[in-house]
Amino acid sequence: MTDSNVSFLGRISLAVGTFFSILGDGEFAARVQRLRSGAPVTAAPVPTAAPVATPAAAPAAQPAAAMKQASPDAALQLLGLLQRDARFIDFVEEDVAGYSDADIGAAARVVHGGCRTVLREHFTIRPVREEAEGSRVTLPEGFDATAIRLTGNVVGKAPFTGSLSHRGWRVQDVRLPKLAASHDTSVIAAAEVEL
Amino acid sequence: MSDPRYSIGIDLGTTHCALSYVDFSASDGEKTTQEILPVTQLTAPATIDNLPLLPSFLYLPHPSELAPFDLGLPWTGERDFAVGEMARSRGAGTPIRLVSSAKSWLCHPGVDRRAAILPNDAPPEVARVSPLETSIRYLTHLREAWDHAHPDAPFGEQQITVTIPASFDPAARELTAEAAQAAGYAGMTLLEEPQAALYSWIQKSAGEWRKQVRVGDIILVVDVGGGTTDLSLIAVVEREGNLELHRVAVGEHILLGGDNMDLALAHVVARKLAAQGTQPDPWQLRALTYACRAAKETLLTDAATDAVPLVVPSRGAKLIGGSIRTELTRAELTLTILDGFFPLVESNARPVSRARVGLTQLGLPYAQDAAVTRHLAAFLARQVAALAELEGLQGAQLDGASFLHPTAVLFNGGVFKSPLLVERILQTLNGWLAAEGAAPARLLEGADLDLAVARGAAYYGYVKRGQGVRIRGGIARAFYIAVESAMPAVPGLEPPVQALCVAPFGMEEGTEAELPAQEFGLVVGEPVHFRFFGSSVRRHDQVGTLLDYWSPEELQELDEIQATLPPEGRSPGEIVPVKLHARVTEAGTLELEAIPRGTGERWKVEFDVRGNANV
Repeated sequence: MTDSNVSFLGRISLAVGTFFSILGDGEFAARVQRLRSGAPVTAAPVPTAAPVATPAAAPAAQPAAAMKQASPDAALQLLGLLQRDARFIDFVEEDVAGYSDADIGAAARVVHGGCRTVLREHFTIRPVREEAEGSRVTLPEGFDATAIRLTGNVVGKAPFTGSLSHRGWRVQDVRLPKLAASHDTSVIAAAEVEL
Repeated sequence: MSDPRYSIGIDLGTTHCALSYVDFSASDGEKTTQEILPVTQLTAPATIDNLPLLPSFLYLPHPSELAPFDLGLPWTGERDFAVGEMARSRGAGTPIRLVSSAKSWLCHPGVDRRAAILPNDAPPEVARVSPLETSIRYLTHLREAWDHAHPDAPFGEQQITVTIPASFDPAARELTAEAAQAAGYAGMTLLEEPQAALYSWIQKSAGEWRKQVRVGDIILVVDVGGGTTDLSLIAVVEREGNLELHRVAVGEHILLGGDNMDLALAHVVARKLAAQGTQPDPWQLRALTYACRAAKETLLTDAATDAVPLVVPSRGAKLIGGSIRTELTRAELTLTILDGFFPLVESNARPVSRARVGLTQLGLPYAQDAAVTRHLAAFLARQVAALAELEGLQGAQLDGASFLHPTAVLFNGGVFKSPLLVERILQTLNGWLAAEGAAPARLLEGADLDLAVARGAAYYGYVKRGQGVRIRGGIARAFYIAVESAMPAVPGLEPPVQALCVAPFGMEEGTEAELPAQEFGLVVGEPVHFRFFGSSVRRHDQVGTLLDYWSPEELQELDEIQATLPPEGRSPGEIVPVKLHARVTEAGTLELEAIPRGTGERWKVEFDVRGNANV
């Protein structure tokens, strides 16, 4: 967990694991929520919280000053949207062992299309760096170390020159629907009973 | 009331509503500052979001279906219904409580549009609403959403334009105006949707439109919405050195739109699934329709794709195990959409109308022929003489033309995002033109296909205040009432009727027709009905013209009109001679008045919108 450079596969596993931890553990969800709101969301389109997976990498290292006031509503709301439009929970909860790749692929289309709808409708996500991956970039002194992670032969002083291996993602705008204060967000999909 | 700050345009669509606005103070000449209002609405119980469109759906929930405050909006605590996205998605699972296509019901001459009849297949327990009331709720929601977003510029003080299909008859126009009035739209104006589309194109071009059209151009506007297809012809003429636009003809009301296409595709795929032994249930058929819409858009936009996989998700939590997999192929799409809705036909093709068999279930009178190109052929042929009256354009058409030759085409509606459909209509039309030795029609490019109507309506409100070019044309029909001719009665035969013209073609907003010479006897205190007719081709008839004979092509029967003389100052049963007088209001509705002889009184004559099964 304290590894500063989790591999891509590792990040997928962490992201999925984190989702379930959020689901099952209210206190953990509250911590993630707090972590996510660590970068304050202001009215101006200031870059806001990164996707859940990345900051969740080091929850233990964060001090927990205002822990008791945060609520997991936003995370639950996002899960609800992903379930409603992308059947996300259904997909991840289903045991895929018995199905062929074609069957899983067909369901993945529903999940992919829906996740994309949710992301595009409720977030504005832009690459951190606009250059094409593989191109050479130079980082001046005082570059934003949150937005750009140095890897490999990290020695010497800025300016650093290197090859862009991932453009990164930055959420520019979050537009989550408003919820009535009395609404129970823990029901992320209501049971359906056909009469 | 202070001067309005915004011109607000509202597209009251069959499947979606949109609101656009122009800021007067930030606009000058043909450079305008225009926005689309993100409409605050429920997207799920207790969930509020801002979406660019308000789906035209009304959901009437069961009292125990939702938790308290689930229907609350930021500006009102509790409501017992939902409009917009939540109504649409909720109603997909419970169609008996969903009101949809209210606009099509509003102009359905076979039903009483003020009566609580919707949803028409609801069980008796559901408290139904009228088509009029449904429209009022959509319009009210838009007003409230505006006021919520603009507390400093109240809706009631802005200039409002609401759009209607060009093919709406006077009764449907009046009902729309009445709905707007009831929803708190003071001083609202109606605008025809194809005109709004052209206004939007003009506005978007920021002055460049003058280079794209020339004097003598006949612009055909083809507007295929979610539920209706609307056709109009607009001529470009020169008056006092300036280009002027003149709407010369509008088409019939055709209940046929993009939703019909999605449904047709879904049925094609459902048949294919049935052949493979999978029978989709109604819930899956709706999901399939939704998937077909997306697949249709992919295939129609990208000519290189040959098939799009379709997945109908299962209803239960087993997504992988329970989903139905299939695909929509290009061959199926071509057969269903291109050849079904836009077939390559000759210019003498006409829509097929089947005789309705026996007792039909009371539903919407959808177009019997789905071929938009055949409706187009019929429209252009019917309007072959439309330019004969227009100064500056007589003789512009080739001699011996069997249909009116457009020189440019403007498309509107989401289905025309597909270059294949645009191409198909142009190809069909240009084939007809080539056969008669005329030059091909040009495509007017750069239209905003989804929001043009709302944008054009807002721009029109701006133009009305003296900035920019206006489309003229007045009413696109002449109107007649039936009078019994003075012939000896023949037993067993209905007495022959004559049609008396009360409103000539082309009356402009805010003008009055002259008073006809003919008088009618009205019985005091009793409603008197007149049969009422409209003609979209008889441009010569003046007030007082009496027709002895007409073909069904020339005159269409509309809702009856009804006059009642109140008994004040008269004895009930007395017969008072009156004249019928027509005027077109500033809002754009036709009003008929009965004027008793020798007094200054005027009594409003109502359109009878209670439904007439014979129409």
